[in-house]
Amino acid sequence: MSTKNWPLWEIFVRSKNGLEHRHCGSLHAADSDMALENARDVYTRRNEGVSIWVVESKHITASNPENNGELFEPAQDKVYRHPTFYDLPDEVKHM
Amino acid sequence: MSEEQIRSLERQFDERISRDEKIEPKDWMPEKYRKTHIRQMSQHAHSEIVGMLPEGNWITRAPSLRRKVALLAKVQDEAGHGLYLYSATETLGISRDEMYEQLHTGKAKYSSIFNYPTITWADMGAIGWLVDGAAIINQVPLCNTSYGPYARAMIRVCKEESFHQRQGFEIMMKLANGTPEQKDMAQDALNRWWWPSLMMLGPTDDVSVHTEQSMKWKLKRKSNDDLRQQFIDQTVPQAELIGLTIPDPDLKWNEERGSYDFGEIDWDEFWQVVKGHGPMNKERMKARVGAWERGEWVRDAAMAHAEKKRYRSEKKAV
Repeated sequence: MSTKNWPLWEIFVRSKNGLEHRHCGSLHAADSDMALENARDVYTRRNEGVSIWVVESKHITASNPENNGELFEPAQDKVYRHPTFYDLPDEVKHM
Repeated sequence: MSEEQIRSLERQFDERISRDEKIEPKDWMPEKYRKTHIRQMSQHAHSEIVGMLPEGNWITRAPSLRRKVALLAKVQDEAGHGLYLYSATETLGISRDEMYEQLHTGKAKYSSIFNYPTITWADMGAIGWLVDGAAIINQVPLCNTSYGPYARAMIRVCKEESFHQRQGFEIMMKLANGTPEQKDMAQDALNRWWWPSLMMLGPTDDVSVHTEQSMKWKLKRKSNDDLRQQFIDQTVPQAELIGLTIPDPDLKWNEERGSYDFGEIDWDEFWQVVKGHGPMNKERMKARVGAWERGEWVRDAAMAHAEKKRYRSEKKAV
């Protein structure tokens, strides 16, 4: 039995230039070169990508959904951050 | 956490699902939800991986280059589908190694259909047409399932699966329109794969143990019997079109129901195969475990090489 398992990598693919890389899944690989090669075979068999990022999963810090209240609720009552909050006369066009 | 708190969390959880909200890996979830998903998703992944074996059997003997590249691509897709599903399952807190261990020791099941042998080239046609056809019917509703990583994996799988069914049907069609021997071969494959394909859609509703809970969690959107009827209704006209006969003397169009009536399924056979007594159960596990064990030195060597490279680049940096 192997003592060392291949680490887990998160895979991000840019589907075409002009668009951002998007997370599409994960895979196991011994190192970043192998993660890139495997990502090509697993996630881009049908021209789904023009660029791949791989990040070892352990390096990702994620927010905890239990803290969603304190993290995201403060934005909910700040309606003045949206253009519709401001009253303008109908005569003003294109603003 | 008190029992009352847990009940209240479970209530909120069920409400989220009934509002069509997705559950993501770090969200709170009932233990039963986690366990049920690990079971279903890992078995789904195992089925993709073991499913490569019956078709891999014919890659080197495909009758033309066109057939060979298509079959190779299909088998490679199945490896990919297995990997999407394993990685989605890992988000629930089980490791890849634990899942392999469960498969290799027989603790986890895979789809029984792969315990039947592939004895002629026509079996490649029958598998693509019928087995992938039944799998698509099972899988399409899962694109909307409640667990986000599973739903996303299924969307990718379903997009890729339709080529599989078409390449199988094309093989059957060519054989059915070929020499009498080729047509017999196609009919023989249909005769052998028809009933196991119907069984693939699961036990009848009156004995299926998971249905109600799975419906609530959207792990299932339609009952096994409804899926089976859908499969039969769509497949029978396809068989007629290429001049093959469905091996069921009781098969009859029911005008009133707008569906086909069909004969009794041999559920004893199904349970025998599930319990490990199908024609190929032992062979499949032997091939799978053998590949895993023979690959061990490669996995270890890759890891050692990666460590050496890392060590050297760190030394250079000092």
